[in-house]
Amino acid sequence: MYEMYTEVTTAMKARTIRRHFRESIKSLGRNGWMTFASISAVTVTLLLVGVFTIIMMNLNKVADDIENDVEIKVLIDIISDPTEAQAAEEQLMEEIRGLPGVEEVVYSSKEEELNLLIAGYGEELSLFEQSNPLNNVLYVKATEPQQTASVAKAIEKFEHTQEVKYGEGKVEKLFSFLNTSRNVGLILIVGLLFTAIFLISNTIRITIIARRDEIEIMKLVGATNSFVRIPFVLEGMWLGVLGALIPIAVVSIVYVNIFNIVQPKLDGEFLQLLSATPLLYQVNGLLLIMGVFIGIWGSFMSVRKFLKV
Amino acid sequence: MIQMNNVVKKYPNGVVAANGISIDIQKGEFVYVVGPSGAGKSTFIKLMYREEKPTSGEVVIAGMDLTKLKNRQVPLLRRQLGVVFQDFKLLPRLNVYENVAFALEVIEENPKDIRKRVMDVLDLVGLKHKVRMFPNELSGGEQQRVAIARSIVNMPKVVIADEPTGNLDPETSWEIMNIFEEINTRGTTIVMATHNREIVNTIRKRVIAIEGGLIVRDVYGGDYGYES
Ligand SMILES: Nc1ncnc2c1ncn2[C@@H]1O[C@H](COP(=O)(O)OP(=O)(O)O)[C@@H](O)[C@H]1O
Ligand SMILES: [Mg+2]
Repeated sequence: MYEMYTEVTTAMKARTIRRHFRESIKSLGRNGWMTFASISAVTVTLLLVGVFTIIMMNLNKVADDIENDVEIKVLIDIISDPTEAQAAEEQLMEEIRGLPGVEEVVYSSKEEELNLLIAGYGEELSLFEQSNPLNNVLYVKATEPQQTASVAKAIEKFEHTQEVKYGEGKVEKLFSFLNTSRNVGLILIVGLLFTAIFLISNTIRITIIARRDEIEIMKLVGATNSFVRIPFVLEGMWLGVLGALIPIAVVSIVYVNIFNIVQPKLDGEFLQLLSATPLLYQVNGLLLIMGVFIGIWGSFMSVRKFLKV
Repeated sequence: MIQMNNVVKKYPNGVVAANGISIDIQKGEFVYVVGPSGAGKSTFIKLMYREEKPTSGEVVIAGMDLTKLKNRQVPLLRRQLGVVFQDFKLLPRLNVYENVAFALEVIEENPKDIRKRVMDVLDLVGLKHKVRMFPNELSGGEQQRVAIARSIVNMPKVVIADEPTGNLDPETSWEIMNIFEEINTRGTTIVMATHNREIVNTIRKRVIAIEGGLIVRDVYGGDYGYES
């Protein structure tokens, strides 16, 4: 006959949900210092996660920008006879254009090169206008950044090339720096994450102990297990959410300010900061989700251990 | 209503508190459970509301086989039972009304029904005029009456009480017994562990005597049977 009894209905009524929320918020206040300690731990953790994520995302952007900007600079042999020089240059351009993986070839005369230098380093260089020591140059861009090295090697074999240069090494160094800092940051964050979870599970344990009489009576009169558990899980969730608020605010305000100061200086440069709008939504979303996750995980550990319902 | 079949309960420390108990209690009965301290009365009671699981044997309460009951089905059993203890187990921060209503709120009863049912049971135990008072403002007898009100507010089929008058003076104990009799008259089965020989010998009911985890006597209208 017992088979007739299946389970107490688990569909929760709106009234019950409100009750759970009320209870969970009340106990935040009751736990005072533990609540504060838990929220602080989440705050520190998430602040670090936020700052770190934003820096990493921007560095990735920089690496991308640099990588995409890598072009090959071909110094053309100096040939005194203008007709000969022009023929050599045209032949070289044809040959380079014929290589696989070449996207574009741009010619820049030695006068243009000098103007670039003058723009970069100052008018003092204009005295070289009388006898320009520079070479005429070809700028070559590969279709894919990874093909840059092979294209450069191929160009070196052609006639009339004095020197072939590209940003080899720079990008690799940046990427290895990015990897190292990512790993160090992750270890730090994981350590903090566990500290926060530990503190939250302690707070929840205190709540459970403070309420053991209430829990005993709830169980005696037939409250379902989830009814007993949910307020504690919600309390953990609040700790996580409240811990995420300060990091979200700080990260947003600081980034917007930095962006407003730095971005005008980068105007027209190929390096750009990530703009605030998608970035901050993504990072803040991440922080909130992590806060909720830390909170719920922390309370689950306690609920499982101290609440045999 | 309550059947036990060859029930053995051995605690982890090796104490055998029930050593082959078989019993059949019908709907509407009023049963005293007597016996010396440490005899196994509380264990017998705990087996009924599944505070303890039997080591072997069968326990069937209100049609539910407790040995086959899953943990998540225990709330169903508890909603068929009311449990009363020697130490009342009231929540000190809640007033009389809230203590009783708590039992209905946590099983998600309709709030419209809660008010009426709480006031009805508080009327039955004679505390309708003290609904706003807190447990520490009440006498022991009054606190036990609140606990009884809480145990019956969800209209259980069985009320189980473990020495409900153990902390009360004789006069108050009689008042509590009157309430249990009234509840019993309305059709609720009552199982009560007690040390109160006066009561057992005066309000004659079925008496089950337990000694060393065994039922040594089971008499309708019997007496307490121990010198005190
Ligand atoms: N949780 C427990 N763990 C171990 N032994 C227990 C436990 N509860 C009761 N006992 C033992 O079981 C025996 C019966 O106890 P109990 O059922 O409380 O008897 P009574 O209520 O008749 O005094 C006693 O020897 C007691 O020490
Ligand atoms: Mg006992």
